[in-house]
Amino acid sequence: MAEFQLPANSKISGKGKAYPAPAGAKRPRTFKIYRWSPDDGQNPRYDSYTIDLAECGPMILDALIKIKSELDPTLTFRRSCREGICGSCAMNIDGSNTLACTMAIEDVKGDITITPLPHMEVVKDLVPDLTHFYAQYASIKPWLQTVTPEPALKERIQSPEDREKLDGLYECILCACCSTSCPSYWWNSDRFLGPAILLQAYRWLADSRDEYTGERLDALEDPFRLYRCHTIMNCANVCPKGLNPAKSIAEIKKMMVARAV
Amino acid sequence: MASSRPLSPHLSVWKWRVHAITSITHRITGNGLAFVGLALFAWWLAAAATSKEAYETFLSVATSPFGWLVWVGLSWFFFQHLLSGIRHLLMDTGWGYELGVAKASATWTFVGSVLLTALFWGAVLFGRGAF
Repeated sequence: MAEFQLPANSKISGKGKAYPAPAGAKRPRTFKIYRWSPDDGQNPRYDSYTIDLAECGPMILDALIKIKSELDPTLTFRRSCREGICGSCAMNIDGSNTLACTMAIEDVKGDITITPLPHMEVVKDLVPDLTHFYAQYASIKPWLQTVTPEPALKERIQSPEDREKLDGLYECILCACCSTSCPSYWWNSDRFLGPAILLQAYRWLADSRDEYTGERLDALEDPFRLYRCHTIMNCANVCPKGLNPAKSIAEIKKMMVARAV
Repeated sequence: MASSRPLSPHLSVWKWRVHAITSITHRITGNGLAFVGLALFAWWLAAAATSKEAYETFLSVATSPFGWLVWVGLSWFFFQHLLSGIRHLLMDTGWGYELGVAKASATWTFVGSVLLTALFWGAVLFGRGAF
């Protein structure tokens, strides 16, 4: 059931710290960042850090790294590739989910508010617990499933046309921006698979080499797992790779109808 | 673990876009029509079946400024729910998932419902000889 209010322990009521602009800052900019630590028994809070953009790289991740190295080493976030391929630095920036490394600071006006991916358990600061998300990914069996014997001395081949059907699907980096943007996933993530996992499910349904299409559809035929998508379209709006999970979900629904009639 | 993990903020930080607004409006208008609309319809029938006085009470409320607001509101609910329902039907066929199309169709449900509501009440008032 949808719970619109944050639980008591999650309300952002803690008293935040403010780190003022350095003396002589040419282009000061304030970052308001969600903070929560498992160690102090306090509610979450916002700390605000004002940094000089003249001394900082262009991306949100550059600012986070600058804050962590120069102002506050306790600030915790995930990051790795810093070029939009690992998906580690997914977070909510200025009210929308995206990757900190591919989001330019200048694309946000005014103070920049950063919170963890929405409606997730927080491990610390901007780090959400993705255990359930990954378990859902495993549940769709994201690998090629076949019954026919492997061709001798060569791989399973695919025509260029069939390979093209995977475009817009294989690029997904599982950053969870889309799933955690989806109100249906917020209220029903215990049963609804969410946009990222359903796009991945369609990636295997659309693969001409996969021979378990029927079994895969059987596993998705469920009022919640698949059909909780109400085409709100937040997923496609936030995807940092420009993919369209809503469209993939619609394609799965069409396959369900096509095999029933 | 020193304290239990908090849930990260969702509705309170989210920046709404027109597709999401259309979606929640579809729910609100559908429920509004089902509950408010049905209650008023039942009141109308019950009043008509009860007595002249009961029916006059209904009419006096229904034609008060507040009554008018409710009728105009319900008719807008109807047209909005109708248009976003048609949009849902089209999307069920696989149409309209490109971001630009989805945004435009969502916007047009609002423009269309306001226009249809105006046309509807224009026709009602015209029929009553208001102009």
